[in-house]
Amino acid sequence: MSQRLLVDPTACTGHGLCAELLPELVALDEWGYPVLDGQPVPASLHRQARRAVTACPALALRLTRTSRSEGTQRQRILHI
Amino acid sequence: MNGITSSTALWYASRATGVVSLLLLSAVMILGMLVNRQGRLPGLPRFGATSLHRSVSLLSLLFVAVHVITAIADPFVTISAAAAVVPFAAHYKPFWLGLGAVSLDLIIALIVTSLARARIGRRTWRGVHWLAYAVWPVAFVHSIGSSTDLQSGGLRALAIGCAVAVGAALVWRMSAAIRSAPRSERVARALNDASSADGARTDTHPPLMKAGRS
Amino acid sequence: MTANTTLPPRPAMPLAGAHQQEAHQQAPPDPAYRQPAAQHLAPPVARPAQDRLPRLLPPDPATSASFRDHLGRFGGLPYRGGPRLLIAQVEAAGLTGRGGAAFPVHRKLTAVASQRRRPVVVGNGAEGEPASNKDKTLLWNSPHLVLDGLQLAAEAVGADRACLYLHRHQGLHARLAAALAERAAAGLDRVRVGLVEAPPRFLAGEESALVSKVSGAAARPRFKQPPVFERGVDGRPTLVQNVETLAHLALIARYGAAWFRGLGTATEPGTMLCSLLQADGRAGVVEVAIGHPVPGVLGLRTDVQAVLCGGYHGSWLPVAEAARLQLSNAALKPAGAFVGAGVLIALPAEKCGLVETARVARYLALESAGQCGPCHNGLPRIAGALGDLAGRPDPGTRASLERWAGLMTGRGACHHPDGTVRFVRSALTVFRDEISAHELGRCTASDHRPFLPLPGDAPIDESGWR
Repeated sequence: MSQRLLVDPTACTGHGLCAELLPELVALDEWGYPVLDGQPVPASLHRQARRAVTACPALALRLTRTSRSEGTQRQRILHI
Repeated sequence: MNGITSSTALWYASRATGVVSLLLLSAVMILGMLVNRQGRLPGLPRFGATSLHRSVSLLSLLFVAVHVITAIADPFVTISAAAAVVPFAAHYKPFWLGLGAVSLDLIIALIVTSLARARIGRRTWRGVHWLAYAVWPVAFVHSIGSSTDLQSGGLRALAIGCAVAVGAALVWRMSAAIRSAPRSERVARALNDASSADGARTDTHPPLMKAGRS
Repeated sequence: MTANTTLPPRPAMPLAGAHQQEAHQQAPPDPAYRQPAAQHLAPPVARPAQDRLPRLLPPDPATSASFRDHLGRFGGLPYRGGPRLLIAQVEAAGLTGRGGAAFPVHRKLTAVASQRRRPVVVGNGAEGEPASNKDKTLLWNSPHLVLDGLQLAAEAVGADRACLYLHRHQGLHARLAAALAERAAAGLDRVRVGLVEAPPRFLAGEESALVSKVSGAAARPRFKQPPVFERGVDGRPTLVQNVETLAHLALIARYGAAWFRGLGTATEPGTMLCSLLQADGRAGVVEVAIGHPVPGVLGLRTDVQAVLCGGYHGSWLPVAEAARLQLSNAALKPAGAFVGAGVLIALPAEKCGLVETARVARYLALESAGQCGPCHNGLPRIAGALGDLAGRPDPGTRASLERWAGLMTGRGACHHPDGTVRFVRSALTVFRDEISAHELGRCTASDHRPFLPLPGDAPIDESGWR
């Protein structure tokens, strides 16, 4: 089961803490909004990723655990 | 003699931690508004303000707890443990202490929901967090009325200073809110700005900052 | 080109050979088809020939959409008697959504039926696309077919509540309310149907915006975690289907999967409704078999320069390319286009494709919900850049446009930024000669009157989203 970073774009107001705490996985566009590549989070960065999710002032950053069942992707929001 | 000395010590401890709590709560309010407006503290990275807001709020809870416990423990005035959390249930100065209980309840609600925010979901957490704007005024009025400490001298200046600082931060936060466009107008404003700037576009951040992947 | 503000256009376009059969696979007789359990108010009606058109729209535009006529043409509502029983037949028929995404209907039905809570079904007739009229036309002319499909879908997923989400077109609400009253008097509907009017926004018909509006909030898209089929209207699992999809469902339930596959292609079976805008300004709605050649659907005369396929989130195609393609995703996707909700527009040669695209891009930017940073920052800048390309080109405009377009894909709560960029990028390719001319201060167009239909330019405030 892989973990992926997701952002709720309707909640995100471009604080930019995620890119500061997790520069390996999150970049900022020219307006300050996060750009994610959708790839699984490497195991070495799991802890940092959780820290970034907690730190987001808008609670927009999510970490999901994805597993495949019955052909549909089921995702569970990981709580810290 | 000993009883009176320890009683006095507890009473002083309660008053002192009360003053510090007011200072810390003022700082928490200002830091919270700073985070909301994406402001930055000089010399600190972006997560500095958020981290400080979190740390100071936990510290203020600690000082408020000591403030409440010493007040309850002090035998000179009878304040029950229940009066600390049930508003207006005290026998001694029920109104002023009641306000303290209200602000303590709110602080507990804020901190519990914030610690569990990933679990309770964004909407619930945000809804409760709006109550923060009630915490400071209630705590402030409680401080002024519960004892005469803040009504004269250096402590009065301190109280006024806190009020001015929080008030200024509030004005700053509100003015930014008034200036920022509601969702239904954001694009219309952006299009008007673009045409009035005669084609020149000002980008708020430099182009894509791509950090290297490890 | 004036917007039609009275009755929705009747199918005035002759079907012009659209009922010719496309190559299709002969399916064996459908074993899953059975006689409806109860005969509702009408004698059994013979199954129409599988290659006969139209299926959804009345054959004679002059006929009324009355309940009596509906029963006379189609017979009673073939309820299956329990949840999930219809799904296998829908799968065999290969019905895909007609709202634009072409998602397999049986998979949606299964996903919603599998949830623990009682679901809600919503028929999506919002049709926020200005150039699309097929849903209003279908609801105006064949409301009972859509309402039949709504009941069948509700039964299939075990829903206890249904809703019809309507475009705010004058008369449509009253028409549907009257149709529902007739059905109630006949005791036909098993699930109560509510009517909800959509605000006149481009995004009003987006799945999560629909859920938001039906739940009582503004019609703005929402973050899709959890997805609508798990948590939708009032937190309940929600099935959202385009009204045309529901109409097809109502026919599959009567005549079976093999009949449905009698027209269309093997991989994209059935018929579809198309909203057409010809180069001379004539607009209309036709029903065609999927896979029919594009020139047979949309008249492509010599004075057409390009075809817009799929509406304002679709793609431009040069007319020569469009002329040799068929109206199916299998044919269009390699050319960089897709069927979408069946909007086909022929751009006359005397118009300027760049200016038309810039007009639409500005409209699309203003229709942003204003929630997601990339969208409400990127779309106005892209629209501005297109306007600059059309008017006062700058050496850096093109590069900025490309940069902003690259920041749009997959970064919003919905696909508004993605669709807009697809539309704009196709224009940059197809109208490259026009762009070069504008760089030299010239325009090849001889007619500068606006062509592509857009609603009025009134400023939108918060009430415009409710």
